[in-house]
Amino acid sequence: MTGEAVRLRGVHVCYGRVVALDGIDLVLDRGSALGIVGPNGSGKSTLLKTVAGLVKPERGTVTVFGCPPKSLRPGTIAYVPQVEAVDWSFPANVEDVVAMGRFPRLRVLSLFGKHDRAAVDHAIEALRLGDLRKRHISELSGGQQQRAFVARAIAQEPELLLLDEPTTGVDAATEEALRELVRGLVAGGLPVMMTTHDLDRAAEWFDRLVVVDRRVLADGEPARVLASGAYAGIREHAHTHGHRRDPLAHEALQ
Amino acid sequence: MIDLLFGPFALEFMQRALVTALVVGALCSTIGTYVVLRKLSFIGDGIAHASFAGIVVAYLRGLDYYVGAGVVAVLTALGIGYVTRRGRVALDTAIGVLFTGAFALGVFLMSKQGHYNVDLEGFLFGNILAVSRNDLVLIVTLAVVVVAALALLYRALLFTSFDPVVAEAAGINAAFVDYALLVLLALTIIISLESVGIVLVAALLVTPAATAYQLTQSFNRMLALSACIGTACSVVGLYLSYYLNAASGATIVLLVTVAFFVAMGASRLRRA
Repeated sequence: MTGEAVRLRGVHVCYGRVVALDGIDLVLDRGSALGIVGPNGSGKSTLLKTVAGLVKPERGTVTVFGCPPKSLRPGTIAYVPQVEAVDWSFPANVEDVVAMGRFPRLRVLSLFGKHDRAAVDHAIEALRLGDLRKRHISELSGGQQQRAFVARAIAQEPELLLLDEPTTGVDAATEEALRELVRGLVAGGLPVMMTTHDLDRAAEWFDRLVVVDRRVLADGEPARVLASGAYAGIREHAHTHGHRRDPLAHEALQ
Repeated sequence: MIDLLFGPFALEFMQRALVTALVVGALCSTIGTYVVLRKLSFIGDGIAHASFAGIVVAYLRGLDYYVGAGVVAVLTALGIGYVTRRGRVALDTAIGVLFTGAFALGVFLMSKQGHYNVDLEGFLFGNILAVSRNDLVLIVTLAVVVVAALALLYRALLFTSFDPVVAEAAGINAAFVDYALLVLLALTIIISLESVGIVLVAALLVTPAATAYQLTQSFNRMLALSACIGTACSVVGLYLSYYLNAASGATIVLLVTVAFFVAMGASRLRRA
């Protein structure tokens, strides 16, 4: 499967008077994994939210499979936020959370069927949550919670997957399992957009890497983008101005 | 013993009261699960108080109370939904201002009237024994509508209650679900006013669900348990009020309050 999955044209997003995105042009093809890097506050998360239809651009257009995100069939986009702002005392265990991924796919009054159960089992298996499936969400570690929410997105069987720093706070083994899973889905034709801070693994994760700081500063093959120094440039800039406490900024100067 | 159980229901108004208690208890405690999980209890209280203005206006104009209360309650619910989505004022502040205002309007209009031959006090504290045959038909019909809507919206309500942002990204219309729930809440409050009254209806919306919340970590079990607790307390409360010769709404609410503290104690013991 080839063709265009996501297109952003001249996208401007403001929060009040703060400009979060300032004229973003970006295309993502089917069966391709796009990494988004940039310092804290660079608009990476806003970019994902805009593609998900959660944030309305002031100017510019966003299309997903040729349509505005809001007019897509339910279940098309799966989004995993960076920080889940849920009530952790909500009466739900891991399995309940993952099963919610099927809800957008189900018609009103249709039953939770065999295929739905299989999709939930597969997602739980893929994120290695089998032992935890009956555990209440408040009794999970941060990394386990993150895995449960990725599993929910996988169970949805989306046509576009948006991941906001899914590797933050997870151990190396989980990161690798997640990467294999995502690479497998991408090989099957799924387009993926993901933000990250982990530059070292970028080449293994992504087909393409963009450096974002309210605008797209670099866009291309991960190795080439990293070699271009576009990211190092921002890091130094951020450091000299001293208004961003990005640990990477210190690393860059050492 | 049989006489103790069935004795009161030789009287027709007691039969109607029993059906009303069953329906209202079940309905309030079912929708109450969402009220508790979405932290809407203050909204429920606000809608109930605001509807008082509608009752008084309906009375002064010679209209059906249910129409007056219903229009005001649904408009209020939609207004709350709008303020929540668009407002720059904190929601609890908006509710605090608007609904006490609407309630005061009701009291003002009533006091201007001077004399009134209608049981407005009944709407404040509830009088389940006064439910007429027509009222009962309306209560049951609306209850069926609300339950059917809750069933149709079950998955969307559950997903948006837990994680509205991700649900919306996945294509669930969270705004529609929010508004729908508020309108269903308004309808529930309307059909509960005659039996438990404006002041006490919030308790029937919140307490059974809060009680169930103490006892389980599963959403479906919480929903079922809440409905059972609400229904049982309503029916038992009606009996108690009959034999104790006390106000039925207050007796029912006291009973669910006791259930809440018992559940809280039980869940503490279990965890200890």
